[in-house]
Amino acid sequence: MKTTRRSFIQKTALLSGVFSLGFDWFESKANTGVIQQMNPVLDANRFNAFLSIENTGKIILYSPNPEIGQGIKTAFPIVVAEELDVDWKQVEVRQANLDTQLFERQLTGGSGALKHSWERLRKAGATARHMLIQAAAQQWGVEASTCKTSKGFVIGPNKGQKLAYGALVDAASKLAVPAEVSYKSRADYQIIGSFVKGVDNYKVVTGKPQYGLDTQKSGMVVAQIVRPPAFGSTLVSFDAAEVKKMPGIIDVVSFKNKVAVVGKSTWEVMQARKKLACTYSDTSNLESDSTHKKWFDEGMKTDKAKVERKDGDFHAAIAKVAKVIEATYECPFLSHTPMEPMNFFADVRPGSVLLAGPTQVPQSAQKAVATLLGVPENTIQVELTKMGGGFGRRLNNDYALEAAELSSIIKMPVKVMWTREDDMTGGIYRPAVRYHFKAGLNEKGEMTAFYLRGVGLNAGNSTRQDNFPVGAIDNVLIESFNYNSAITTGPWRAPITNFLASAEQSFLDEVALAAGKDPIQMRLEWLQKVKTNPVGKITYEPDRFIEVIKQVAEKAKWGKKGPNVHQGFSVYFSHLSYVAQVAEAKIVDGEAKVTHVTAVTDCGEVINRSGAENQVIGGIIDGYGHAMYSKLSFDKGVPQQKNFDTYKLIRGNEIPTVEAHFVNNGIAPTGLGEPALPPTGGAVANALFAATKKRLYRQPFAGPDNANL
Amino acid sequence: MESIELQINRKKVKVEVDPNTPLLWVLRDHLSLVGTKYGCGIAQCGACTVWIDGEPMRSCVLPVSAVGKSAVTTIEGLNEKAEHPVQVAWDELDVPQCGYCQAGQIMTAAALLKKNPKPSHDDIVAGMSGNICRCGTYHRIHNAVKRAAEIASTSTSTKKK
Repeated sequence: MKTTRRSFIQKTALLSGVFSLGFDWFESKANTGVIQQMNPVLDANRFNAFLSIENTGKIILYSPNPEIGQGIKTAFPIVVAEELDVDWKQVEVRQANLDTQLFERQLTGGSGALKHSWERLRKAGATARHMLIQAAAQQWGVEASTCKTSKGFVIGPNKGQKLAYGALVDAASKLAVPAEVSYKSRADYQIIGSFVKGVDNYKVVTGKPQYGLDTQKSGMVVAQIVRPPAFGSTLVSFDAAEVKKMPGIIDVVSFKNKVAVVGKSTWEVMQARKKLACTYSDTSNLESDSTHKKWFDEGMKTDKAKVERKDGDFHAAIAKVAKVIEATYECPFLSHTPMEPMNFFADVRPGSVLLAGPTQVPQSAQKAVATLLGVPENTIQVELTKMGGGFGRRLNNDYALEAAELSSIIKMPVKVMWTREDDMTGGIYRPAVRYHFKAGLNEKGEMTAFYLRGVGLNAGNSTRQDNFPVGAIDNVLIESFNYNSAITTGPWRAPITNFLASAEQSFLDEVALAAGKDPIQMRLEWLQKVKTNPVGKITYEPDRFIEVIKQVAEKAKWGKKGPNVHQGFSVYFSHLSYVAQVAEAKIVDGEAKVTHVTAVTDCGEVINRSGAENQVIGGIIDGYGHAMYSKLSFDKGVPQQKNFDTYKLIRGNEIPTVEAHFVNNGIAPTGLGEPALPPTGGAVANALFAATKKRLYRQPFAGPDNANL
Repeated sequence: MESIELQINRKKVKVEVDPNTPLLWVLRDHLSLVGTKYGCGIAQCGACTVWIDGEPMRSCVLPVSAVGKSAVTTIEGLNEKAEHPVQVAWDELDVPQCGYCQAGQIMTAAALLKKNPKPSHDDIVAGMSGNICRCGTYHRIHNAVKRAAEIASTSTSTKKK
């Protein structure tokens, strides 16, 4: 790995004794052969740079990406600290605010942060380390190659030659940035791959303010917004006379189909909004669950579906097979329900805008607010707060725009807060999808034809047409059909695959059973075929698939746990990581219960053992809980679940135990925030089938309505 | 509006609020004690758990007028230095992901251990099942309660010596 001088900004200390290297995040475009010019202007008094070392020895690492619970604020600095070769205890981590000049891809989504930044983080740390070595070597009059580093010290070849980084900062900051740097060898890693605790743990366990909802600014008022109760209805008029008489109320204003109640305190606003009298348009075509069922039925029959992939000739092949297997799977809309509901602070003034709050995409918020208010982007400052979860909901900045618009109207700094009911009924859901699968087996039990149609409601392409087992099957037809619904949707942790994988991995279990094959052996046979003779374009590496499958079979003692343990297998590739799972069900008091899940993950290099386990175990519990229990239903456009009394989330007395293993093969790290979730629904359904011989076709599995259609 | 005197984290405070205001919003909006979290407002998720005379209560549905002379303890009052065994265990096992529900989890766990210093696994699971964690950190929560019990018993036996 080479690095060029152009890819670094060196910031020489104007304040004595501070050395700061700012990584040029624009350089990521080097892959396409374009290196953009770095903004040469850096504010000398602010350290937006990526790492800085003070001459006291204190090391500050700035973590640019929004922290949502995925552990990025700990993981990124681990990589820098490793290559810088310092003791983790020396490091102070700070959240960087939005800075489009210094940072690129300052967002949380798609499990892509480490994949994107791995080389950049290593380079940032290694470059500083090389310059510190150079400074020490010059001071001692020795060759740099004879010096080494250890835990924040440069050590020379002769006795007594040992200097702390802090003592070398002034000299190092005057050196030229090296054209090339070498990285540590994996065997020398001290921090990467160890169990590193979250950098915000102290704040969490002592209740320090850090979330968006904790924001308090001088002169700030609070607001809640009343939105139309039904998707598809519009606000006709409202009467705020009673609201304005309520204590603590400052103003009631309307914009974009909404009415905002502004007041001095949260509780006063909550009480006052109950007095708001709104009239909404009554449209006759508001959607109910029955509407969606009708659409799904029609969408399965339409000849207007889009062909997403075609290998061979499915229709000709299926006409000739010995056996046909067909099944239909369906999932409901889901709310994201992060524990911290949507909220945002905005202070819109002439010439400057301050935004603060939880968003996965701060730059999008900046751009959207600039457009909304007609002001230049560079007049909008965005402070990043820690997020109380998000799961994709905070990829949509609707609530940040509300705050900005409201502040511009009332001309006051305002924090807009959604109540739990607002959050659950306010839209942007995991889309409801129905899948129909058809497989044809020849006389030898080999799958020669495979068909999938996905019908989604605001889901776009509800398939992942190039994913395994595609590549192993000669005749494939994959189609999608989408309905435009008034119910708003958005990415939900592992978009599309959060249910597609569940449906597909269940279906492949049915195929294995019909073929008289072991589900694991069947996958391994297919992957061998992909290795030697792939059909069409594939997006995955068969060897990495094979490895996680083999390891999970061994770790879970596949097929060797005796007659009372019923196992279900699943494997899925998403966000460039591979996860294989075996779920176990037991009959407890006459009922089948999932008791254990074993997972093997290949996400390349494991950066933080603790964070990685958290993401895999949390992803599995998330996947299991939503597969089993959660559903958002609709009647005449109105969500029928409004809070946790009717919308069920999994609780601690309902969880299976989980074992998380990692291949940890040293390949550059790939996504981990999402990939453990998709396989879980399928592993669970297959284990429950093994226990009960009853196949679960519709989520939530614990609901009354889970049979085949 | 009424003037209400409260005892919070061993300090006397006075607030001017509607007496029906839930304690949660008095803490967050009037006293800047934002460690106690809002999650549902209907006593379903446990994010707002505080102690009233040492008993865990859902502050989102507890009118401030009902608190009276009882001592209120919030996450900020548990131990500022994070030295309470539950806080130590939470850090040691690296429980938090997003962290938002953890104040409520910690207050519930610490109250559980006061009543039952050596809880069985089933005691822990049952005692913690009222608190929702959307990130799914339940395993580490259970393990951390167990670990906190160990830490507490070790420090108690050390003190006895």
